[in-house]
Amino acid sequence: MRRIVTPLLGAVVALLMAGSASAQNAALLQFDSPEQEALYQGLVRELRCTVCQNQTLLDSNSSLAQDLRRKVYDQVREGASRESLVDFMVSRYGDFVLYRPPLKTETTLLWFGPLLFLVAGGLILVLVLRQQRIRAALSDLASTEIEAPATGKKRARRKP
Amino acid sequence: MLRFAVIGVVFTLLIGLFWVGLGLNPRELPSPLIGKSAPAFRVPELFDATRELSQADLKNKVTLVNVWASWCSSCRSEHRHLLTLRRQGLRLVGLNYKDERAAAFGYLNSGGNPYEAIGFDESGAAGIEWGVYGTPETFVIDRQGVVRYKHVGPLNEVVIRDTLLPLIAELERT
Repeated sequence: MRRIVTPLLGAVVALLMAGSASAQNAALLQFDSPEQEALYQGLVRELRCTVCQNQTLLDSNSSLAQDLRRKVYDQVREGASRESLVDFMVSRYGDFVLYRPPLKTETTLLWFGPLLFLVAGGLILVLVLRQQRIRAALSDLASTEIEAPATGKKRARRKP
Repeated sequence: MLRFAVIGVVFTLLIGLFWVGLGLNPRELPSPLIGKSAPAFRVPELFDATRELSQADLKNKVTLVNVWASWCSSCRSEHRHLLTLRRQGLRLVGLNYKDERAAAFGYLNSGGNPYEAIGFDESGAAGIEWGVYGTPETFVIDRQGVVRYKHVGPLNEVVIRDTLLPLIAELERT
């Protein structure tokens, strides 16, 4: 057992270290102030690498992500604001570059789609429950209806 | 009976949604540059480093700006289409993206050169200005220097016949 576990543990540790390699690179960057560093660290986690599609600039090691990280870093060092950097990226790569897309006509479905599904699901649930209740009530009604005439008939038959 | 109808409708809607949704290419992002002036850039010319290429060189004639590199394998597949477009009299301007001069020369020597001029964007800085994220990319620029269309990925017969050529013809008329 131990013979299997030890190399496995080693592999897991190696993988974890590989994952933090990009974060270590970021730690080597020099900033003038903690605010600047926070701005940079926030932006590279919020901007999407458009080549890799599902990674942030920080996560990706593609050459475009490296270039864009550099661009963000340079502009942060030059004192650019968060808004100007976001505008810079959006004006070149579109809203897709943002992990938190702005609310506008084209993104309405993106923002409210989940709510739509929730409402639809709730509606279906209510309909199904109501139908079940109606069916249960109908079968109750049916069973009493069948019994009543039957006993009536029996009595009627017995009388004469 | 009603239940089967509802299930049928929901099923058909889902199939329709998947048919359209999964048929879309997630790599094709709408470019925010469309309808705007070509972005400002300044890069040396590939063959003549003393010359510079900028957005001003794209005006006065409908121009195709093609972003390519010698390391980009899908660029090779569209190369013959570029040569055909050039033969048809279209102006093509290349942007050699994050490449080396020698490798780019080798690529053009073996495949032919469809470009009137080529910008040499070694650092990829001009590529960032153009919002390049996947080579090859092709932009259509009108006479006023406004970006009218962007195609991501290699050009093919269908795109050229159905989209590119009609658009170019229309832009040349105005």
